[in-house]
Amino acid sequence: MNLYTRRRLINGFNLTVSVLATVFGLFWLVWLLWTLLSNGLPWINADIFTKITPPPGSEGGLINAIVGSVIMTGVGVLVGTPVGILAGTYLSEFGRASRIAPVVRFVNDILLSAPSIIIGVFIYEVIVVSMGHFSALAGSLALALIVIPVVVRTTEDMLRLVPDTMREAAAALGAPQWKVVTTIVYRAARAGILTGVLLGVARISGETAPLLFTALNNQFWSTNLNQPMANLPVVIFQFAMSPYEDWQHLAWAGALLITFSILVLNILARVFLRGHRSSS
Amino acid sequence: MEQELSVDVSAARMQRGAMLDRIFRGATRLFAIFVLAVVIGIVISLLVGAYPALKKFGFGFLTSTEWNPVTNEFGALVAIFGTLVTSAIALIIAVPVSFGIALFITELAPRWLKRPIGVAIELLAAIPSIIYGMWGLFVFSPLFADYIQPWVTDHIGSWPVIGPLFDGPPMGIGMFTAGLILAIMVIPFITAVMRDVFDVVPTVLKESAYGLGATTWEVVRYVVLPYTKVGVIGGIMLGLGRALGETMAVTFVIGNAHEISASLFNPGNTISSTLANEFTEAVGSIYTSSLIALGLILFLITFVVLSLAKLLLMRLTAREGKRS
Repeated sequence: MNLYTRRRLINGFNLTVSVLATVFGLFWLVWLLWTLLSNGLPWINADIFTKITPPPGSEGGLINAIVGSVIMTGVGVLVGTPVGILAGTYLSEFGRASRIAPVVRFVNDILLSAPSIIIGVFIYEVIVVSMGHFSALAGSLALALIVIPVVVRTTEDMLRLVPDTMREAAAALGAPQWKVVTTIVYRAARAGILTGVLLGVARISGETAPLLFTALNNQFWSTNLNQPMANLPVVIFQFAMSPYEDWQHLAWAGALLITFSILVLNILARVFLRGHRSSS
Repeated sequence: MEQELSVDVSAARMQRGAMLDRIFRGATRLFAIFVLAVVIGIVISLLVGAYPALKKFGFGFLTSTEWNPVTNEFGALVAIFGTLVTSAIALIIAVPVSFGIALFITELAPRWLKRPIGVAIELLAAIPSIIYGMWGLFVFSPLFADYIQPWVTDHIGSWPVIGPLFDGPPMGIGMFTAGLILAIMVIPFITAVMRDVFDVVPTVLKESAYGLGATTWEVVRYVVLPYTKVGVIGGIMLGLGRALGETMAVTFVIGNAHEISASLFNPGNTISSTLANEFTEAVGSIYTSSLIALGLILFLITFVVLSLAKLLLMRLTAREGKRS
């Protein structure tokens, strides 16, 4: 075999392996989604959205968990978004020459990938222990801490995409810097920042680990932030690990709901950002 | 007269603007520092929480395999071992696959296919970890135990050296299953970084190699990879950081056994799965404190790994900046 054939063979072999790797990656995605659909779809019915989580062996739904998840995710995002946007603004607008900006950026990136269960332990120690009991508020704050780095990162990235000439033009008209940022830069980067928030929502809607020992769970209807609150991820975890078939069915239905909401959020975020970029 | 008034007004406005500027600037700065404070707060609270256990067990906490809530004897070695082994399995599988996918997206795929494939792989990262856990426990493990494990144990289990790794009863769950699921979960992260760094390779460099008659593989092997080496390693470290701390998926399939065994098919434990399983049920301050100490160890390991990843990726972008 001459050198040329050998090189071509190696090339062909490696490229085939590369295609196979891609198929391998997509294979799991398809399998996971198929599993969710085939196990979850049969159990999606009106009860899921109207009844609360049942004791083992009786009929029930997931409405308290769904509402609990929406409340906690909502509070988490409401608390985390302003903090994230302002911190991201500092990194992009004011911290360009400062010494703490690189440090904050570095630490933020680590927080972005840090194990979420550690956030749970932290909130447990700081809030649950000092309050003396588990509460939805603690769960929401744990989720807020997970949203913050996502929003900081996207806000900074998106603000940096706004051309400096726009800032200079506004400043030349005599606008003070806060006005430049809030009325010019934020407006130009609006779609990007919103994408960051959507991604933050998607990220925390499925988070289980930080809720395990902060919000705990509640088998009854409760919207009191000061009490343990039912939430989809922890209910799915408990029901899936239980020996009761009814509970496992509910877990699959919940899993399907949660995954498809998150996939929709992710795709929305992408479409949104892309639509905005191509129009500008 | 009229003119003076307008000068006064604009001076007042400017003063007000300057004040609002300071407030706005101060507020953004405050929240930036808040992010820093959170991380410092996490470290301090973990240290405080772990102190009783670290004081009682000392350095032995790291080397003891004991984990006995009844006698209040705790050691971290089993959990650390499980964490490192599952993450290692994850990387061994995920790195070549991610490289293949990144190569396919950047060099092979037709333009219209690049985006859909990229998005599909990224969606793997969007699926919550608890879903991976359910799927692993209820769908994957039974198939794995029925069809793949017996075959592997029969054929490889008797080999020297690596044989014992694949020995043992076919249970489906265990360290290998956990590692495989972790691999699927970190593939999107490693792929995304590799794809991004492959894209920064100047087209001129690649075209020169093609011009000399290099094949696509040779261009990747001798031009793209050397150019992006630092970034690729950074991406792998990022994936490692993710794998080390992943909780729910592992908790479902690891088997929750406090023992170190030679076989990857046996159940084990990781730091995060121990926390998820035992934290709310822990009674007694030493028990809770030992769990927090585990958390501290996990945080320190991931902090170091993620810092390394970040530094490596920063080196690549710094070079980018200098070149352009």
